[in-house]
Amino acid sequence: MIQLIVFLPLLAAIVAGLGNRTIGNVPAKLVTTGALFASCALSWPIFISFLTGGAHAHVVPVLDFIRSGDLSVDWSLRVDTLTSVMLVVVTTVSALVHLYSWGYMSEDDSQPRFFAYLSLFTFAMLMLVTSDNLVQMFFGWEGVGLASYLLIGFWYKKPSASAAAIKAFVVNRVGDFGFSLGIFGTFLVFGTVSIPAILAASPDMAGSTIGFLGARFDVMTLLCLLLFIGAMGKSAQLGLHTWLPDAMEGPTPVSALIHAATMVTAGVFMVCRLSPMFETSETAQHVVTYVGAATALFAATVGTTQFDIKRVIAYSTCSQLGYMFFAAGVGAYNAAMFHLFTHAFFKALLFLGAGSVIHAMHHEQDMRYYGGLRKHIPLTFWAMMAGTLAITGVGVLGVFGFAGFYSKDAIIEATFASGSESGGIAFAVAVFAALLTSFYSWRLVFLTFYGKPRWEQSEHIQHAVHDAHGHDHDDHAHAAHGHDAHDEHDHAHGSVSDGTAGYHPHESPWPMLLPLAVLTIGAIAAGYVFHTPFLDAEHGAAFWQGSLAFDAHLMHAMHEVPMWVKMSASAVMLTGFVIAWFAYVRSPGIPAAFVSQFRILHDFLYRKWYFDELYDVIFVKPAFAIGRFLWKRGDEGTIDRFGPNGVAALVVSGSRLAGRLQSGYVYSYALVMLLGLAAAATWAMVG
Amino acid sequence: MMSFPILSVMIALPLVAAAAALLTNANNARWIALIATLANFALGIVLWTNYEIGGAQWQFVENVPMFGRFAWALGIDGIALMLIMLSAFLMPICILASWTAIEKRVPEYMAAFLLMASLMVGVFAAQDLFLFYIFFEAGLIPMYLIIGIWGGANRIYASYKFFLYTLFGSVLMLIAMMWMAQQAGTTYIPNLLNHDFPVQAQTLLWLAFFASFAVKMPMWPVHTWLPDAHVQAPTAGSVILAGVLLKMGGYGFLRFSLPMFPEASGQFVPLVMGMSLVAVIYTSLVALVQQDMKKLIAYSSVAHMAFVTIGLFAFNRQGIEGALVVMLSHGLVSAALFLCVGVIYDRLHTREISRYGGLAENMPKYALFFLFFTMASIGLPGTSGFVGEFLALVGAYEANSLVAFIATTGVILGAAYMLYLYRRVVYGPLDKADVAAMPDMNKREWLILAPIAAVTLWMGVYPESFIAPMRKDVGTLLARIERANPPGDAQLKKGAPQPAAAHEKAAEHAPASALAEGQH
Repeated sequence: MIQLIVFLPLLAAIVAGLGNRTIGNVPAKLVTTGALFASCALSWPIFISFLTGGAHAHVVPVLDFIRSGDLSVDWSLRVDTLTSVMLVVVTTVSALVHLYSWGYMSEDDSQPRFFAYLSLFTFAMLMLVTSDNLVQMFFGWEGVGLASYLLIGFWYKKPSASAAAIKAFVVNRVGDFGFSLGIFGTFLVFGTVSIPAILAASPDMAGSTIGFLGARFDVMTLLCLLLFIGAMGKSAQLGLHTWLPDAMEGPTPVSALIHAATMVTAGVFMVCRLSPMFETSETAQHVVTYVGAATALFAATVGTTQFDIKRVIAYSTCSQLGYMFFAAGVGAYNAAMFHLFTHAFFKALLFLGAGSVIHAMHHEQDMRYYGGLRKHIPLTFWAMMAGTLAITGVGVLGVFGFAGFYSKDAIIEATFASGSESGGIAFAVAVFAALLTSFYSWRLVFLTFYGKPRWEQSEHIQHAVHDAHGHDHDDHAHAAHGHDAHDEHDHAHGSVSDGTAGYHPHESPWPMLLPLAVLTIGAIAAGYVFHTPFLDAEHGAAFWQGSLAFDAHLMHAMHEVPMWVKMSASAVMLTGFVIAWFAYVRSPGIPAAFVSQFRILHDFLYRKWYFDELYDVIFVKPAFAIGRFLWKRGDEGTIDRFGPNGVAALVVSGSRLAGRLQSGYVYSYALVMLLGLAAAATWAMVG
Repeated sequence: MMSFPILSVMIALPLVAAAAALLTNANNARWIALIATLANFALGIVLWTNYEIGGAQWQFVENVPMFGRFAWALGIDGIALMLIMLSAFLMPICILASWTAIEKRVPEYMAAFLLMASLMVGVFAAQDLFLFYIFFEAGLIPMYLIIGIWGGANRIYASYKFFLYTLFGSVLMLIAMMWMAQQAGTTYIPNLLNHDFPVQAQTLLWLAFFASFAVKMPMWPVHTWLPDAHVQAPTAGSVILAGVLLKMGGYGFLRFSLPMFPEASGQFVPLVMGMSLVAVIYTSLVALVQQDMKKLIAYSSVAHMAFVTIGLFAFNRQGIEGALVVMLSHGLVSAALFLCVGVIYDRLHTREISRYGGLAENMPKYALFFLFFTMASIGLPGTSGFVGEFLALVGAYEANSLVAFIATTGVILGAAYMLYLYRRVVYGPLDKADVAAMPDMNKREWLILAPIAAVTLWMGVYPESFIAPMRKDVGTLLARIERANPPGDAQLKKGAPQPAAAHEKAAEHAPASALAEGQH
């Protein structure tokens, strides 16, 4: 069964990818989407059987992989509670995104390719979450990286898209550099790459030391931190986050699947999978906590200033991943996984909702040119509302709450309950970031759906309106956006005074609305339904079955935190809402005034803390400059000059050499070679 | 075993075909070359299927004494088997790749390739020191002619550079060989492998062999002949150069330097590692700024071959097996990348990267193949590139973490320069008319790339097929060099048992035992 779940998407990807233009759009879409729904249908029973306690961890072997001395790696599929959680997240969101893409990508001219990439991604992600050893995990890890690269660069004609694709791959490679070294080190220390064996042996290794780069380190700290660098890359943590916002160049369904719900959470999954390792090193746990907290704060601050709707959600994702990491850092791995689980639903919902808005607004992504869309696309509006209520964590203690209410509040309480200094800092950050989360989430809703339409300034909208009037239209620019104009706007004409430019946005087709509806249910109910098995001190231990380090004490302590701690999340959530309402609904002049007042601060945030500029100066430009220097001055200016060219100059003067080096001499040189060889050989034989 | 002298036949068959090709017209020569190389490949398969894994160290042994000390001594172990397979596999592909691209002096060209096919088998099968030397050096002559006659505009300079570098190395090697024959009283390689040369003498002998093998690899700083040779060589010439000729250096280290001079090898580890690490960083950065596709891939070859030397001189099983897989993998992948360049070079007759762009639009099949080999080149797991690099680096880490640390940065740079190349050629707008007019891959081109892709995938998913025949030979080598293995830098020191409190905490989490259960 698990084999079917994992390999059906691969088969579908092969059929759609190699069939590509020969088999046509509909068969390719049917095969891939069908395979994903089948995988999804098979995954839920596994998850439910773990929920009801009817299943136990097991490993299904597939094939030998690498055998080299003590190093023995298998292809195998591990199924345990942790895997089952990821299985439903991955297959559900992926199946819905496949369906959604029937609508969203309906006018693209390489749909089979798109669906093949999506299915390929799903396969790699499933290999990652079912891996029983670090090497197969690395296979999945790089496999999702490949799919991400391909999908970000899907509209390859856009230079920005192909640049973003390279950036994503290379920055992830920096993370993988750490992951690789972590695997090498783990093998050196434990003599195996099998995850269960490593975790079993970890406690005994605590306190040991090892030489690395000429200094001595605590073994477990070193290994955990090296592996964590990998997690930072994939999960876009501060320092290695720069690729994620740029990844928004990919089609929106991709952002929902890969850059919100699944791939970017792989780092969190890895830390949870290896949690018994991290438990053996306090230093590593502190680092995880601080990195997570710094990311949560950084991304939330940047998110408040962005105008591109997808970038706002991307920074929001980055920030929420930070939450998951510091939850793991304080030992609440189950809370991290629960947030991963609920976040997958509501963040996929927000992205797909944003996609629906973008679809309606003819590929305009700048929220400055939105406004007043509530009445035009009401279903999308309500879906986005559900997502926003979920991410901001709306709920009433002890009664009911949206998904984020349970998972985010659990993290906030766990940081406080952990009692450590790093936990305390994380708590402060978590509450402040929750305020910012609420602010930027409501800002997005208000800018998009409330107020008056501001569409007339949008080039995309102007294009759409013009196209509808039969003006020449620039095929090229449109193909780059993957869509062509709708031709239903021909009635659109006339008055521009209402800010609409005569444009009429309309609701998306049902293949897009249905996934929104399903995810809306998830965003509303996932927290309420599942918080007991994921979080409860007693039920949790039975549910997780040791598939991650479950700290029952911490779960108890979470319930004992003071009332003000429990209420703090709701309080800042309301505060954020009120600020956003004042600034974007009540008196929309406030943001501009604020920006002119605090120009430097705003620029700092708007330019994303200048990370891209900094990296360009210290990494990208020097790499090219050094490369050029080594080539011209090293190879040509030194080695060749004093090597072969120098020898030539010694033998004959330059001008005479040039005369001799004509094609007729090729044979003579060959002859010299041959004669020398024969002479040498003869000498050897006789002597 | 078999009494049929299969190795001699694999050497003789292409020679006969070469003679026949010279006597006929262009078209017949093409067919003769294709059939002969395919027959050789078929013989190679017979060889592989009859090779007894874990059996005698040397199989298919032939030994005919000739004049003097010289003997026609052939025989292979698993390592030689795999390298012979690699060259037998690539040869028919080379002939097909030259089918239409070569128009002048076709019979001579085909004869040169057939001669090369013969000599390549000889290099890996020779069991006599001087027989090896003859094959090793004679292999350069057809290569030299291929570059010098059928090469590009600046072919004379390239072939001159190629000639000069290799000449320098081989002279030193020959002198060393003569001294060895004198000292050991035998030229039979299996005997030499177990002969202990005086430790002081080893240093000089090692350096003499190193001069030759380092040039062949090529290692930094004696690599500058390679980019020129590749750029000027016709496509098939590059394929053989990258696919097989470069492997002779690695093979030389394995067959001679390490087992015959173990102490000297141990002593020179810092030198080899230093040169290899410089190569990884240096040539990767140089590859990043290349404007010429072939030059870029040539520089990437130098970086990849550095993983071979790093793995070999790690002095452990993972390192050496990794190095072997890198050799095989690079033989396939770089060959395929040069073929990919050839496909578009045949259409537009330029290697200038900036002349291309947007090929994903009009050449989707090509874009897919090129993507696959790009990914294999940057070591994506699931392709052969990963298995080799991974094992080599595991081995390197066991030997020295600093080496592994610096070498692993190569995977970042590798991704950067290859994806940058791919982006400039395949992505972007299709805005040049002549580029837009290029048709997608034809059947012949498909036929030469698909088998390589299949093997690359096979080696990436189930490398056991390729590692298994070599396992025992690596073990033999390890037993030989064990005594010279320099200590690693890890020096794991077990700490004091955990404090009781921490133990309790761990027990409550109950992770370890519960997880271990899941294994069954």
